[in-house]
Amino acid sequence: MLDAKIPEGKLQDKWNNYKAKCNIVNPANKKKLDIIVVGAGLAGSSAAATFGELGYNVKVFFFQDSARRAHSVAAQGGVNAAKNYQYDGDNVYRMFYDTIKGGDFRSREANTYRLAECSASLIDQAVAQGVPFGREYGGYLSNRSFGGVQVKRTFYARGQTGQQLLLGAYSAMMRQVNTGKVKLYNRHEMLDVVIIDGKARGIIARNLATGEIERHAAHTVVLATGGYGKIYFLSTLAMGCNGSAAWRSHKKGAYMAGVSWVQIHPTCLPQSGDHQSKLTLMSESLRNDGRIWVPKQKGDDRHPNDIPPEERDYYLERRYPSFGNLAPRDIASRAAKERIDAGHGVGANKNAVYLDFRTAINEYGENVIRERYGNLFRMYEKITGINAYKEPMKISPAAHFTMGGLWVDYELMTSVPGLFALGECNFSDHGANRLGANSLLQACVDGYFIAPLTVGNYLSGEIKTGKISADHPEFEKTEKEARELLDKLVNIKGNKTSDHYHRTLGRILWDKVGLERSKESLEAAIKEIRELREDFWQNLMVPGTKEEINSELEKAGRVADYLELAELMAFDALNRDESCGAHFRSEYQTDEGEAMRNDDDFAYVSSWEFDPKGEEPILHKEVLEFETVTPTVRSYK
Amino acid sequence: MKVTLKVWRQKDAQSKGAFETYPMDNVNEDSSFLEMLDMLNESLTVQGKMPVEFDSDCREGICGQCGMVINGRANGHLEGTTTCQLHMRSFKDGETIYIEPFRASAFPVIRDLKVDRESLDRIIIAGGFISSHTGSAPEANSIPIGHATAESAFDSAACIGCGSCVATCKNSSASLFTAAKITHLAKLPQGQVEARKRALNMVKQMDIEGFGACTNTEACEVECPQNISVMNIARMNWEFHKAIL
Ligand code: FES
Repeated sequence: MLDAKIPEGKLQDKWNNYKAKCNIVNPANKKKLDIIVVGAGLAGSSAAATFGELGYNVKVFFFQDSARRAHSVAAQGGVNAAKNYQYDGDNVYRMFYDTIKGGDFRSREANTYRLAECSASLIDQAVAQGVPFGREYGGYLSNRSFGGVQVKRTFYARGQTGQQLLLGAYSAMMRQVNTGKVKLYNRHEMLDVVIIDGKARGIIARNLATGEIERHAAHTVVLATGGYGKIYFLSTLAMGCNGSAAWRSHKKGAYMAGVSWVQIHPTCLPQSGDHQSKLTLMSESLRNDGRIWVPKQKGDDRHPNDIPPEERDYYLERRYPSFGNLAPRDIASRAAKERIDAGHGVGANKNAVYLDFRTAINEYGENVIRERYGNLFRMYEKITGINAYKEPMKISPAAHFTMGGLWVDYELMTSVPGLFALGECNFSDHGANRLGANSLLQACVDGYFIAPLTVGNYLSGEIKTGKISADHPEFEKTEKEARELLDKLVNIKGNKTSDHYHRTLGRILWDKVGLERSKESLEAAIKEIRELREDFWQNLMVPGTKEEINSELEKAGRVADYLELAELMAFDALNRDESCGAHFRSEYQTDEGEAMRNDDDFAYVSSWEFDPKGEEPILHKEVLEFETVTPTVRSYK
Repeated sequence: MKVTLKVWRQKDAQSKGAFETYPMDNVNEDSSFLEMLDMLNESLTVQGKMPVEFDSDCREGICGQCGMVINGRANGHLEGTTTCQLHMRSFKDGETIYIEPFRASAFPVIRDLKVDRESLDRIIIAGGFISSHTGSAPEANSIPIGHATAESAFDSAACIGCGSCVATCKNSSASLFTAAKITHLAKLPQGQVEARKRALNMVKQMDIEGFGACTNTEACEVECPQNISVMNIARMNWEFHKAIL
């Protein structure tokens, strides 16, 4: 039975009660305990830095050449915190409520509340590290608002908030490298987790620069490996982002939850052809000053500047007057798709909508807009060749963030004892849809504030364990399996590339497990994914060997995992006969095309167990108990 | 469009490298430079040949993982641009394009266009941080920082650590990289407490890694994808000299 281990007490007391009662490890014993962290983005670096400060021995593994490059770096818009510096009525409860409502009442109250509760300290922490957040002329911190909320609680560092927060966490971690408490393993990829007597005790990793396979043992393994949105091939994620650590842990017993809840971000650059390897995100903060519209007339080919205001359909303002252009992401993406499908799309492929700054430029002047978003406008011009101060941007929805991920309890521990999951790779805080500027927050809060205590609580039971040996037969066995998988991939020597399979899989998922799904589309997807997987294992081509640097082999391993994970996504979506957040089942909608949630039957987290023998995954339901909030119809009208 | 690529192929740091020629047909001019290389790699892979190894991750110009020398210039001919943000429309149809790795003794080649830039990380390890541990931070608004100061600290903090400054410098100096971090932290009240030690340690590490000295040619500023100003180097020198006095 799934036990989320929610502490007792009123919602606002739970985290304090936990902190008061959790076990801690004394400084002398911390020196005897080893922690492996996989992933060096915001969640991984912040956790590793803090573990190091506390005195544990930490090893950090990541595939990039430097920890400063993990994809948290690309988050643009900001990070939320309930500081109420604007005195606009914000507080922890309101932030919690916005987040749980934004997630369409499909997340745990206690986790979500804790996220809001720890948010203010994160801003203090980042400022102390030298993160140059935007400031007012008086020297105090500035805020902007983000989608799905009516207060200004988002802190930002121009359009590079993720970069600056990551560099803060990176530098804190580098300081621990300097003291010798943290050791870095760059260009390393985790191949598998090693489980001894039911507990996570280490990993098998491949050194990507040499091909060597290594064993690393520890008292606990902390995954902070990010999301798997790249499964759609075209997404806003980095080339190397992957779901392999999560998926391989899943196959070793860790449950995955809410797997089909993938956020499709409304403001990305549209797909322009088959040559593309990824899509670029344009920060949602642009929606603060940009107005979204399409021509009222279908197939209107005039230049956007030639279309008079009365012939434009500002559809978000029309459909959601109280939130307008700041409607949450799932709603904004779906509304864009609705207009595009109805024949109002713009651009060469008719797959985009306009994001127009003319009103804001007239009101504040070009300079103010440049100071707010200059780097985004520059980036837009570099990619498209268009000057967005002169004509509207063209934007389109693209796969972005995975709300789903490894199931974790309140302590962020997966269903495998000693295996933790932080940041985007867990499912915990965002329900079925994440609010903008909450992902940087979650990564930081998990890493700086939660894991150091909850992992400590777990490690307090490991003081007498002694060093974990990498010579244990389980290490030998897991290493052998990992080698065999690599050999298998290299030895197919067929005639199709990993990218070919990835692209094909992405198309299946985008069409059938994307912004809109139906029983029919999902069943078709499962069938097609199985066929594609079969083809993959017959016709894949990986040149070279596993004993050398080999980026095609890296890709092949990731795509092999995607081909399995994709099927679980479809099962997850098929199980849920309702629409909620990012999960929109076309069978379950109102006459106005809004999502129809079904709290009587689906107020649970779908948590899936891998069944090595069975055809289908095994479902465990964690029923969501709402003690404080009453789930309501989520309206942004 | 059609282009001819002359790509540097080198098995590892010990081997000798050489240019290989790859004619490319049907290149979409809206594709990025790296997407064009992806296309090359897909065709090599199908033939069972080893693809060209190169680094990239975000492909949005922010992670700093890409970077190569294109026609003799770091990240190609456009200013303020990473390699991943370069698009084929800025090349001429029929053009021959030379592609090489970043070259510096502190950046050994791993294979083809991939280089090892851990030396930059070690400069940060030596002191590129503020020593505040989790839990010790005061209320964020307790220390006001003027708008202009915060913005100028940001300008320095915007460095993406790609190493283009090193690749373009005739002395292979990492001065711009090191200076940007020293300056970012020295401008903020939180960073001033350790400014002295930081400047000494980071400059020392830069020398240990084998980066050259700065002789003020200012090529780094021209090639920096983030337009980091050489004024940062002036500030580093000032901080360094204050520290040794
Ligand atoms: S790939 Fe990240 S900066 Fe080019």
